[in-house]
Amino acid sequence: MTGLLLLTGGILVIAVFALVYRILSLIDIAKGKQGKPVGTTSNAVNSFLFIVFFFVGFGLLFWYSGKASENFLPESASEHGKLTDKLFWITTGITFVVFFLTHVILFLTPYFFRYRENRSAYWWPDNTKLEVAWTVLPAIVLTVLVLTGWWAWRDITAPAPDDSLQVEIVGKQFNWMVRYGGKDGKIGKYDYRKIDATNQLGMDFAADKSNFDDFTPREIHLPKGKSVLLKIRARDVLHSVFMPHFRVKMDAVPGMPTSFWFTPTKTTEEMRKELNDPNFNYELACTEICGQGHFAMRMVIVVSEPEEFEKWYASQEPWAKQNADYIASLNLENSKELASLFNQK
Amino acid sequence: MATVNIDLHKSVGEHAHQDEHHHDEHHHENFITKYIFTEDHKMIAKQFLLTGIFWAIIGGILSVIFRLQLGFPDANLEFLRPVLGDWITTQGKLDQNFYLALVTMHGTIMVFFVLTAGLSGTFSNFLIPLQIGARDMASGFMNMLSYWFFFLSSVVMFISLFIETGPASGGWVVYPPLSALPQAMPGSGLGMTLWLVSMSLFIVSSLLGGINYIATVINLRTNGMSFSKLPLTIWAFFLTAVLGLLSFPVLFAAALLLIFDRSFGTSFYLSEIYINGEPLHNMGGSPVLYQHLFWFLGHPEVYIVMLPGLGITSEIIATNARKPIFGYRAMVGSLLAIAFLAFIVWAHHMFVSGMNPFLGTIFMFLTLIIAVPSAVKVFNYLATLWRGNIVFTPAMLFSIGLVSFFISGGVTGIALGNSAIDIQLHDTYYVVAHFHLVMGSASFFGMLAGIYHWFPKMFGRMMNEKLGYVHFWITFIGVYMVFFPMHYLGIAGFPRRYYSWTNFNAFDSFSDLNAFISTAAIITLSAQLIFLFNFFYSMFRGRLAPANPWRSNTLEWTTPRFPGHGNWPGKIPTVYRWPYDYSKPGAKEDFIPQTVPFSATPESNLPHENELIALEKEFAN
Repeated sequence: MTGLLLLTGGILVIAVFALVYRILSLIDIAKGKQGKPVGTTSNAVNSFLFIVFFFVGFGLLFWYSGKASENFLPESASEHGKLTDKLFWITTGITFVVFFLTHVILFLTPYFFRYRENRSAYWWPDNTKLEVAWTVLPAIVLTVLVLTGWWAWRDITAPAPDDSLQVEIVGKQFNWMVRYGGKDGKIGKYDYRKIDATNQLGMDFAADKSNFDDFTPREIHLPKGKSVLLKIRARDVLHSVFMPHFRVKMDAVPGMPTSFWFTPTKTTEEMRKELNDPNFNYELACTEICGQGHFAMRMVIVVSEPEEFEKWYASQEPWAKQNADYIASLNLENSKELASLFNQK
Repeated sequence: MATVNIDLHKSVGEHAHQDEHHHDEHHHENFITKYIFTEDHKMIAKQFLLTGIFWAIIGGILSVIFRLQLGFPDANLEFLRPVLGDWITTQGKLDQNFYLALVTMHGTIMVFFVLTAGLSGTFSNFLIPLQIGARDMASGFMNMLSYWFFFLSSVVMFISLFIETGPASGGWVVYPPLSALPQAMPGSGLGMTLWLVSMSLFIVSSLLGGINYIATVINLRTNGMSFSKLPLTIWAFFLTAVLGLLSFPVLFAAALLLIFDRSFGTSFYLSEIYINGEPLHNMGGSPVLYQHLFWFLGHPEVYIVMLPGLGITSEIIATNARKPIFGYRAMVGSLLAIAFLAFIVWAHHMFVSGMNPFLGTIFMFLTLIIAVPSAVKVFNYLATLWRGNIVFTPAMLFSIGLVSFFISGGVTGIALGNSAIDIQLHDTYYVVAHFHLVMGSASFFGMLAGIYHWFPKMFGRMMNEKLGYVHFWITFIGVYMVFFPMHYLGIAGFPRRYYSWTNFNAFDSFSDLNAFISTAAIITLSAQLIFLFNFFYSMFRGRLAPANPWRSNTLEWTTPRFPGHGNWPGKIPTVYRWPYDYSKPGAKEDFIPQTVPFSATPESNLPHENELIALEKEFAN
C-alpha cells in the first residue's frame, strides 16, 4: 500500500515537472527568446541574485558567529593551547579577509558585467605584474603563518621536561584506561600477551617490579601548573586521545607507543567558576574511528591544585594490592615479599 | 545565431536522429556494440556519466540517512525499516555499526565512484578526443575495458551494501587494524573483503583509463594543436591522469598488504594486539605505514577529484564571460605546480598520527606552498570575470559556485595545514566542512557545470535553462547551509564519525544547528530531482541543440550535432590558434574558433600572430 502511494506520488511529481518544463519552453517560444545566447532577464536576475546571496550570506555569517561565539574553541586550559588558539584566530582573521574580498569581486561585480548586446568584454589575456604580485603576496603571508606555526609546533613537540608527571593512557574498544607510576613515579613495563580479564593493561610483573606500586584510577587526575606527559598506547585498534580543553590530540596506536605533553593551567573548580557551570568537567574523547562505541569513549579529567593532587595521589591504592590474588597466582619468586611492601603503608 | 533558429520551430522529439548521424560510420553497429561493449569514447563517457549519477544518488541518500540520526537523534526511524530492515533497532534507532557503514560508504562512493570515475571518466573520455581533434582514444578497447572494470567494481561495491554483516565500516580511509580484524566490527568481515575487491577492480579501471588519456593527449592531437594551444580542460584531464597513474598503484599496494594481513596472517600493519579476549600473534607491523601508503594516493586523489572541475570551469568561465581566460600560462603553471606538490603533502593528514613531529614540520611547509598556486587560480578566475560580458547559463552559474566553494573551502585548509593549529581541529567537523566544500562540493559543481555545458554535444539536445537556474540556486544555497555551519561545530571541537555527541558535556551544544544542517541536506538532495528530471527528459524531449550553442571556440563544437564514431565526418580540422580568442578587439564576432586561421582574421590579429600566417599554409595540409 505504501509502495503504491509512493509510486503514485513519484509519477505525480514527474508529471508536474514535465508540465513545468513544457510551459517554460512554450513561454520561451512565445517570447521568441530561443536561440539567443541567454535571456536578458534571466541574466539580470541571476547576476542580481548573487548580490542578494552575498548580503544575506554574510549577514547570516556575522549574525550567527556572534550568537555562537560562546561555543567557539572551548575555553583553553593549557599553556600551549593559548598559543595555538592565537594562531588559529590570526589565521582565521587573515583568511577571512581574503574570503570576504574575493567574494566581493565574485558576487558583487558580475551584475555590472552581465551580458548585454551593446557591450563587449575587455580583452585582457594576462598581466605579468599583477600575476607576480598575487603570487608573491600570498607566498609572503603564508611564509609568516608557516613560521609562526612551526615555532609553536616545535615547542609543543619538544621532549617533555624531565620532572613531568607521567600518565599512561590506554585505549581499547570502547573505553580508556589510565595508569600512574605510584610511589616511584615509574610506570611499569607491559606486555600485550600478559593481558587478561583481570590484568587489563598487561602489566608485566615478572619483568618489571615498578609495576607493583602502579595504580589505575577511574578518572584522570592532574595537577595544575605542572607539566604532564601522556604515554599513549592502544590495545586493539587505533584510537585517538582528544582533550578538547587542553588542545591535546594524539593517536593511540597498537604496537607503537605515542606521547604528548602539556601543562594544565586551570583547575576544574576554576573552570566551573569561569564558565559559571557547576557541572563542568574536563573530558577525554576518542577522535579516531574505532568501532561501534567510538562516540562513547568518555573519561573525566580532574585538575586540582598541586597540594590537593598530591593528597589524592598518595591515597591511591596500587593495583597489585587490590588484586593480591592475581599476583599470588602468578607464582612469582618474590611476589610475597613485594606485595608485603605495600601492606606496610 | 542564425543557425539556431532553424531548430526552433521543429517540434521536439521527431528529429532525434538527424541524417548527419550516419555520415561517417565505417562499420555496422548493433545494439551491443553501440551501447554496451562500445569502443566509442563518447558512448563510454555516457556510460561513466550514467553510472556516476546512479552512484551519486546512492551516496546522497546514504548521507541523508545518517544526517537524520545526527540532526534528529530522538526521531523514530521506524519508517525506514522497509528499506533498512534490521539496521533499524527495535527502538526505532539507526544501528550504531550501520551508522559507521553509512559514513564509510558515503565517502567511498562519493570520492571514488562519483568524483573520480563519474567526473574524470565522463569528461576525460568525452572531451579529450573531441577537444584535441582525435577520432577516438588511443586504444578504444582499453577504454572499453576501463568502463567494464569500473562496472564490475560497482557491482561488487553495490552488493556489499546488502550483505548481512554490512558493508565496510572503518571510514573511507579504512585504517587497519580496525579494517583488518573482523572481530573489531561487523563491517570488517565480508564487507571489507568486498570493499578491497571492488577497489582493486576500480584501480585497474582507473589505470586503464589514465594510460589511455595520457597516450591520447600526447599522441593524437590534430594538426596545429600544440600543448600551448590545448584548452585548459585537456591540461587538467591530462595532469589528473598522470596523478592517478602514479598514485593509484600505491593504493593497490596498500590494499594488497591489507589483504595479506586479513587473510594470510602477515603483519604489515598489525602489532601487539589484544582483542576479543585473546592476544594476536602479529608483531612488528605498523598501522602508520598503512596511513602513509593510503595518503600517498589519498592526497593526490583529492586533486584527481578537483583538477577536472577546475579545468571544466576554466573553459566554461572563459566562454561565458566572453573573455580569454586570464593568464593562460599561469593557469597551466599552477595546474602543474598543484599536480607536482600533490605528491609531497600527504602526511598533513597525519600530523597527530604518532609519526615523527619533524615530518610534521616538513609537511606543513610543503602543504602551505600548495596554497600559492591555488590562490593564483582563484585570482585568475576573478580576473577572467572582471569586465567580462557574462552570460549566466546554468553551466556558468555552477562554475561561479565552484569558484566560491574553492575559496571558502580552500582558506580553511590554511588553518588545517598548520600542524600546530591542526592538533585541535584534526578529525573534527572543521575538517568535514573543509573538504566537503573544497573538494566535494566544488568538484560536484564542476561535474554539474560540465553536464549542463556539454549536454548539447552529448545528446544533441538542450537542457532546460530555467530548471537549471532553479536547480543551481537551491543547490548552491543548500550546500552552504549544509557545510558552512559545520565550521562552527568543528571550532567547538565536535569529532567526526560520532553517532551522537550527547555523552560529552563538551559537545552537548548546537543540537539546533545539527537539525538545521540535516534539514538543509534533505532539501538540497531533493533539489537534485529537478536536475535528474531535466537531464533525462531533455535527453529525449529537449529542443535540438544548435551546432555551437555557447558560441565557443573549442573543437568539439565543429562536429555534427550527433557525431558518429570518428567524430568528424570528413577530415579532422586543423587548429590555428589558442582556444580563448573571445571578444578580440577588431573581430567581427565575440569569438574566433580554433579552426579559423590567422590569415582569415587580419582585422583582429596581434602583431606576432600576423607572422604566423606564413607558417599556417605549411601545416594546413
